[in-house]
Amino acid sequence: MKPAKFDYLRAGSLAEAHEALAAEGPDASVIAGGQTLVPLLSMRMARPRLLVDIMHVEELSRISVQDNAIRVGAAVRQAALLGWPELAKRQPLLAHALPWIGHAQTRTRGTVCGSAALADPSAEIPLILVALRGEIELSSGKAKRRIAAADFFTGLMSTAREDHELVEAVRFPCAHHGEGHAFREFARRHGDFAIVACAAISDANGTRLAIGGVADRPLAQDFGTLDGSALDDALQDFAMELEAREDLNATAGQRRDLVRQIGRLTIEEARACRV
Amino acid sequence: MTVKPAVQTANWCGQSIERFEDAALLTGRGRYIDDLGVRPDTLHAAILRSPHPHATIRRIDTTDALKLPGVAAVLTGADVVKLSAPLTVGVRAPVQCWPIAVDRVRYAGEPVAVVVAVDRYVAEDALELIDVDYEPLQALVDPMQSLSSNVLLHDALKSNVASDRTFRYGDPEAAFAKAAHRVSVEIKYPRNSCTPIETYGVVAEYEPGEDSYDVLANFMGPFTMHAVMARSLKVPGNRFRLRTPPDSGGSFGVKQGVFPYIVLIALCARVAARPVKWIEDRLEHLAASVSATGRATRLEAAVEADGRVTALRYDQVEDVGAHIRAPEPATLYRMQGNLTGAYAIRNVAVRNRVVLTNKTPSGLNRGFGGPQLYYALERLMQRVAVELYLDPLDVIRCNLVPSGAFPYRTASGGLLDSGDYPAAVAKAVDEGGLAELCKRRDSARAAGKLYGIGLTAVVEPSVSNMGYVTAVLTPQERRKAGPKNGAQATATVAVDPSGSVTVHIASVPQGQGHRTVAAQVTADVLGLAPKDVRVVGEMDTSRDAWSIASGNYSSRFAAAVCGAVHLAAMQMKGKLARNAAAQLNVPADEIEFVGGKVGARGNPDNAIPFGRLAAASHWAPGTMPDGAQALRETVFWSPPQLEAPGELDETNSSLCHGFIFDFCGVEIDRITGALRIDKYVTMHDCGTVLHPGMVAGQINGGFAHALGAAVYEEFAYSDDGAFLSGTFADYLVPTATEVPEPLILHVETPSPFTPLGAKGVGEGNCMSTPVCIANAVADALGIASINLPLTPKRLAPLIAERKP
Amino acid sequence: MPRLSAGRRHTVRVTLNGRAVEGEAEPRMLLTDFLRHVLGSTGTHVGCEHGVCGACTIDIDGAPARACLTLAVQADGATIRTVEGLAPEPGRLSVLQDAFRRHHALQCGFCTAGILMSLDIYLRDTPSPTEQDVREFLGGHLCRCTGYVPIVAAALDAAQKLRGVARDA
Repeated sequence: MKPAKFDYLRAGSLAEAHEALAAEGPDASVIAGGQTLVPLLSMRMARPRLLVDIMHVEELSRISVQDNAIRVGAAVRQAALLGWPELAKRQPLLAHALPWIGHAQTRTRGTVCGSAALADPSAEIPLILVALRGEIELSSGKAKRRIAAADFFTGLMSTAREDHELVEAVRFPCAHHGEGHAFREFARRHGDFAIVACAAISDANGTRLAIGGVADRPLAQDFGTLDGSALDDALQDFAMELEAREDLNATAGQRRDLVRQIGRLTIEEARACRV
Repeated sequence: MTVKPAVQTANWCGQSIERFEDAALLTGRGRYIDDLGVRPDTLHAAILRSPHPHATIRRIDTTDALKLPGVAAVLTGADVVKLSAPLTVGVRAPVQCWPIAVDRVRYAGEPVAVVVAVDRYVAEDALELIDVDYEPLQALVDPMQSLSSNVLLHDALKSNVASDRTFRYGDPEAAFAKAAHRVSVEIKYPRNSCTPIETYGVVAEYEPGEDSYDVLANFMGPFTMHAVMARSLKVPGNRFRLRTPPDSGGSFGVKQGVFPYIVLIALCARVAARPVKWIEDRLEHLAASVSATGRATRLEAAVEADGRVTALRYDQVEDVGAHIRAPEPATLYRMQGNLTGAYAIRNVAVRNRVVLTNKTPSGLNRGFGGPQLYYALERLMQRVAVELYLDPLDVIRCNLVPSGAFPYRTASGGLLDSGDYPAAVAKAVDEGGLAELCKRRDSARAAGKLYGIGLTAVVEPSVSNMGYVTAVLTPQERRKAGPKNGAQATATVAVDPSGSVTVHIASVPQGQGHRTVAAQVTADVLGLAPKDVRVVGEMDTSRDAWSIASGNYSSRFAAAVCGAVHLAAMQMKGKLARNAAAQLNVPADEIEFVGGKVGARGNPDNAIPFGRLAAASHWAPGTMPDGAQALRETVFWSPPQLEAPGELDETNSSLCHGFIFDFCGVEIDRITGALRIDKYVTMHDCGTVLHPGMVAGQINGGFAHALGAAVYEEFAYSDDGAFLSGTFADYLVPTATEVPEPLILHVETPSPFTPLGAKGVGEGNCMSTPVCIANAVADALGIASINLPLTPKRLAPLIAERKP
Repeated sequence: MPRLSAGRRHTVRVTLNGRAVEGEAEPRMLLTDFLRHVLGSTGTHVGCEHGVCGACTIDIDGAPARACLTLAVQADGATIRTVEGLAPEPGRLSVLQDAFRRHHALQCGFCTAGILMSLDIYLRDTPSPTEQDVREFLGGHLCRCTGYVPIVAAALDAAQKLRGVARDA
């Protein structure tokens, strides 16, 4: 279980990272925290010719609030965001979800953007980005673009990022006053990838529910102010539309059932949290 | 640890003293196999493994791999066949077991080629350059399908059944004919493993001048395997030196399974003409180290109206995987004397079949046969209660071996050494609060919750009879092969010229604190403090006293090895006492060993320091009384009760039998199917307790393993034989958030068969806990049939079914 | 830093348990292998090499981290503490190590180094954890011997003693 050979470049600047990605194209991999990439390297399931380490690029290590969104740079570790003093105030949903990522011992190294870039359908960061209608900032030497989370996650471990692009930052919209939030997750053990994860945001206009762990990517739907059996029916429809996966931990039918039941509890909790 | 005053008498045993092992282990100074230095010219091996569960190997091309700079050698099955002999198989069947695939792969993960290179990274680079042409064959995953399939794993066998034996004890037909009721269960016990955190490791050298192998490996025994390995390497035992490192990162039986790799890496060293080191990685370990057997059992009981079981009829189909690797089919026969568990059932019929499937070969794993057997037996006892509308506790109680019946000979030949099962149950029910737990269940159910209670009573065997596996042979075959029996335990107590004491044990500890307890035992005999005694735990077959039973399995340390230590220390004491008697002018039987001194009883002034007396045989041997040279005492101890299986297949499979009574309350989440242990009570009688802290450690650790087996862990295969549990993200091991703390209770009935009265304790919860939890789940859901692991995926549909 | 080419060894410098040390590593070398086989610090153990078991957990720049999920070259310039750096002096144990010994919180000891490093940092940052806090934090480690009961007890005991030390200081 040892990686195949690769070159290693510790980028000193964003430009240097961009340049390397442009030159190597698909043969280059960005390494940030490495919590997912390194085991893939060790299992030789990832075979880059070049690793571009972006963790020493100063400008990528910032958390800031811009345009009423929390902008998290590519070198920000999950633990750093979790420890950011403004987090709970600015976006309680994110504060609820972050402790569910892996374990304390991996959050210290794993980055927020790395989780987004890998697009595991069971991961919490992509789910929260979709739930909050967040955005991903992609950049290359030539251009920058911002893309909605719902458009960024295109399938199982796949995204709209081009080979020469870097996930430079992700943006989580800040919470609006009066919103209610809830996050629930069911996994085999504490710290495992979710079998089903639910994130809900509720305001006076309605409630939005995002689901992770079920389909090939996190997906969200607005449930308005539906309740009672109408909400059940809507959840049923939503669950049926999700192309639920089957694996060792749950059948597709169980996942859909959990969407209905935990989804409803999450919606109700978010509504109850509104102030 | 505080130093005791000089008047300390023989009572170190029974105290939870701090372990001598710990200071080094806590400071990063442990000496595990991968921590030790190797010769500078040592090469590193990596193993190419089959991606297919079943395939013919048409061709292996190693040309490119051999060309890679840094690669010294590549071995394939053809090389291994040329240089060695097959590993001995424990049944009479025309099958060959090799440590590497020969012309055909029979499980995903089976070794196909070994690269030997300058380092592990380069060796793995070379694995990618080996081209293997496979012709996939149909894979057999389900043992029941394998029984009758036309697809054969080993063509010469002409079926996939490697052994088919029936046994009859008492008069089961008559009992079934008379019975008021018949109750039966069918179970499928899954495959799993205790997965020690340290993987396998081997460092091997070959000396062509002497045609001898020198191997260091984190092997744990039994050393019956030494003979198997030497025979495979085609050298006499004295040319196969096997050493173990001072520390080993856990085993739980699993490190027995390193033995085929010892042979394989030894052959690599021979071919490469340099030392070769191999450290297994986790992916290799999960896919291809060793698995506990899976077992399909149909068990039927003849039951009287009051719940008394008068006969059992077992039909067991044992899934040993792709090869019958030694010591299999031992898992199936380890419990042969204990087929009736804790119960006085006098009639038993058994059919045992050993079947081959396209899965990793099975081997030792904590519990070894107990989990599989008791899952059937204790599910059956719960079903007896349900079907006869009886209280499960009453069903257990009315069937227990009665108080005062010990030693008790079971129907199948086991000799239960000691115990008072009804008293232990009564104490557990009382102190564990079963009545209160029943009230909790009532109120939980009233609140709409899915809550159930499970109970289990088991007998925990320890100190295996090395002859039990010959029960797989017919009496005629056994007569021909010659008897096998006993369980030689070994210990050496030596004094050095400074008068200090060193103990050598052949128990190959894997973290159980053997060095500490052996020091306590010795200190008690010689009137020393444990810190004055040094114990060597690593083993060297060229230097140490050992026998086939040596090693760390069947929970034999406290009962057998500590017994041997005690006897060796007593032997040393006897000689020292004669020397002291001569010096102190008192009869030897008036000499006492207390507080580091040896003196005349009742006359503290007439004494000499222990060290001075102990050194004397080195410095002044001529002054010793005849035959009293006290330098080094080695004891081989084998209990006479461990006789070979008899003409009627009666088999005393183990020397000691602890008793366990467990009960638990569980709640199942209606939405997710997740299981929560609300309360778990485990009552143990393991005879005399030598170190309470370590006994608690064994029980807590065994309980966690059992919880893993019950709820989380399974080596899963797809229908076409693909292995699905290849990483620790797929094979789920419980963590601190999943494992609750059980309430541990004890009674002590010392074993009359062991020198210190101790019995094994390390495996019991792996036998009792999985079925106890399953019984609780069956109670919660009101279902008759339930298999492990009790995952949400399995339970959710059962919850859905019971909804109106 | 220049691009480090594959297949060549490059100097990696770290501060290990307070001392500046260096060794040679290919870009692909895992930090576990670098620590153990290049620098000779074998106290850090390798249990799974995919980040689940936690046996290789060390302190990198003040935070617990999996050495097996880190490349040696990534750690160039880092400050690392391993189990070898926990004891105040040879022959003496730290408060946490001593609690492990008293509670029999280890058996084979193979997972212990990682758990100690994790808890050492955790108890510094979280002086008064509840049992549930400790259990959740330990969720990042696998131990097959102990059933975790004595590890949890040792951690809570050490936390209490460390609070006493902090109060007295």
